Amino acid sequence: MSLAALPVIEARALGKSFNQLLVLKDIDITVNKGEVVCIIGPSGSGKTTFLRCINQLETFDSGSLRLDGELVGYREAGGALYRLSEKDIARQRRKTGMVFQRFNLFPHMTALQNVIEGPTRVLRQDVAQATATAMQLLESVGLANKADAYPSELSGGQQQRVAIARALAMKPDLMLFDEPTSALDPELVGEVLHVMRDLAAQGMTMVVVTHEMGFARDVGDRVVFMDKGSVIETGPAKEMMTNPREERTRSFLKMVARD
Amino acid sequence: MSISSGTQLPRTAADIDIARMRLIKPLPYGQIIAVAVIVLIAAFITKSFAEGQINWEITWQYMFWPTILMGLVNTIWMSILCMAIGIGIGLLCAVGRDSINPVIRWASIFYTWFFRGAPLILQLLIWFNLALVFPKLSLFGFFEVRTVDVITPAVAAILGFGLNAGAYASEIIRAGLLGVDRGQFEAAKAIGMTGSMALRRVVLPQAMRTVLPPLGNEFISMIKMTSLASILGFSDLLRSVQNIYFLNTRVIELLMVATVWYLVVVTILSFFQRMLERRFGRGFVRRDQK
Repeated sequence: MSLAALPVIEARALGKSFNQLLVLKDIDITVNKGEVVCIIGPSGSGKTTFLRCINQLETFDSGSLRLDGELVGYREAGGALYRLSEKDIARQRRKTGMVFQRFNLFPHMTALQNVIEGPTRVLRQDVAQATATAMQLLESVGLANKADAYPSELSGGQQQRVAIARALAMKPDLMLFDEPTSALDPELVGEVLHVMRDLAAQGMTMVVVTHEMGFARDVGDRVVFMDKGSVIETGPAKEMMTNPREERTRSFLKMVARD
Repeated sequence: MSISSGTQLPRTAADIDIARMRLIKPLPYGQIIAVAVIVLIAAFITKSFAEGQINWEITWQYMFWPTILMGLVNTIWMSILCMAIGIGIGLLCAVGRDSINPVIRWASIFYTWFFRGAPLILQLLIWFNLALVFPKLSLFGFFEVRTVDVITPAVAAILGFGLNAGAYASEIIRAGLLGVDRGQFEAAKAIGMTGSMALRRVVLPQAMRTVLPPLGNEFISMIKMTSLASILGFSDLLRSVQNIYFLNTRVIELLMVATVWYLVVVTILSFFQRMLERRFGRGFVRRDQK
C-alpha cells in the first residue's frame, strides 16, 4: 500500500452511548487526503459527536478510529490495547485543527496572541518566527489589521476567522469544523464560508459538520448524511444533494430547503 | 389624529429640535441632602473627638515608635506569607476537587471541610500546643528535635493562618474556575495543550478576573486576623501598641496609632489589587468603553 493511498481518517464500526442512549451506531467513514467531507443531518444525529471523537474531545466505546493510519487514543501491542497517556493524546491531537461553533477564542489574548499561543507554547517555536507565520495567516483570512484587537472587539465573523487562523497555525493534516457558521448573524456567514472555500481550494483535508447546504453542495467532495447516530447515506456531493437515494435524506433536504 | 404607517406629520414652525435648545436640568435634591447630612455627622464626630479625652499629640508621638514599627513589619510579613501559603494550598485543593483521581478529590474535600469548620483561634491554640501531643518531632528517625523549639509563636501562627486561608482560598478559586466556559478548555486542548498547560495558560488567567476581588477581601481580613496571634505571644502591630499602653495607660491614643497603620496597609493593598484587576481584565473590558 502506498502512502498516498492511506486515508487520513478511517472509522470502522464506531460506536458510543451515553447512559444507554446510543449516540453513534456502527459508523463507517473514510476521509482521504485532500478531500472535503461535509456531514449533514438533523440535530441530535451524532455528527458533532463523531467530529469530537476524531480529536478526542469525546471518547468512543466500540469499533476503531485511525488517523493517518494510527489508532486514535490507544496503542495496540500483543493483542491487547493500552490507553495512550495524556501527553500522547495531546500529540495526536496536534494533527487536527478544530473550529468550534462558538469560536472559543481566548478572550484574554489579542487575535495575534491567540494565533501564536499554540506554536510558541506547544511547538516551542520562537516568538519572532511564530509571529511572522501568524501575520501571514491573519492576512490570508483578511484580518492582518486586527492583529492587536481582543476577541471582544471583533464581530462574530471576524472571531471565527481568527479561530481558523489559530487552528491553521499548528499546521494540521486535517481541519475539523463544528457548525462554524451556526452562531453567526446571517450577513457574517459569507465571510467565514469564503475563507473555508479558499482553504478547500488549497487542498486542505476537511471534515465539516454544517447546516449550510449550499456549501456542502458546492465545496464538498463527498457528503455524509447522518440520522439518529447512524450514517444513512454517503455519496459525491453534487449527486447526493440533488438526487439522494434514501427517503430519509430526501425528506431532510426538502425540509431544510423550505426555510 | 391617528398616525398610520407611511403618512408623515406636516412640519410646523413649532417643531422642536432637542439638539438646538437649552436644557434645564432638575436640581439634584438627593445629592444636596446627602452632602448636608454627611457634613453634619462629620462635624459632630470631629467636635466630639476635639473636646474628648484624647491627646492627639501622643498619638502622633507614637506613630513611628520603634517597637510599633517592628509590630507593623511583623503584621505585614506574617499576612503576606500566610496568604501566599493559603493561595498555594487553595489552588491545589481547587484543582484537586475536579481531579479524576478519587483519592485526591476526597482529600481536597476533607481538607476544606476540616480547616474551614474549626474556629481559627482554636486552630492557633492547637498548633501552639502541639508539644503536648508530640513532645518530639522527627523525620523517619532522623533530625529529631523538641517540638517546643520548632513551634514558636510565629511558626504556630503561620501554620494556623496559612492552613485556614488555604481552605477559604480553595473555594474562591474553585468558583473562579467554574466560571470559565468549558469551551476554553476544549479550545486549548484542540491546539495540542495538555491539561496542566491549558489550566496555566488559558483557564486560570481568566478565572483570576473573578477570583481577585474575593481574594483581596481574604487578604484584608488576614491582615486584621493576624492580631489574633497576639494570644500566642507573637508581637504583631496590635500587641506592640498594647505593650505600650499597659505601661503608660494612654489606651485610646495608642489604639488610634494601630488604627491608622492598619488603614494605611489596607489602602496600599487595595491599590495593588486594582492594578492586578486591570491586568487580568484585559480583553474583557472593551478599550473604547474604559
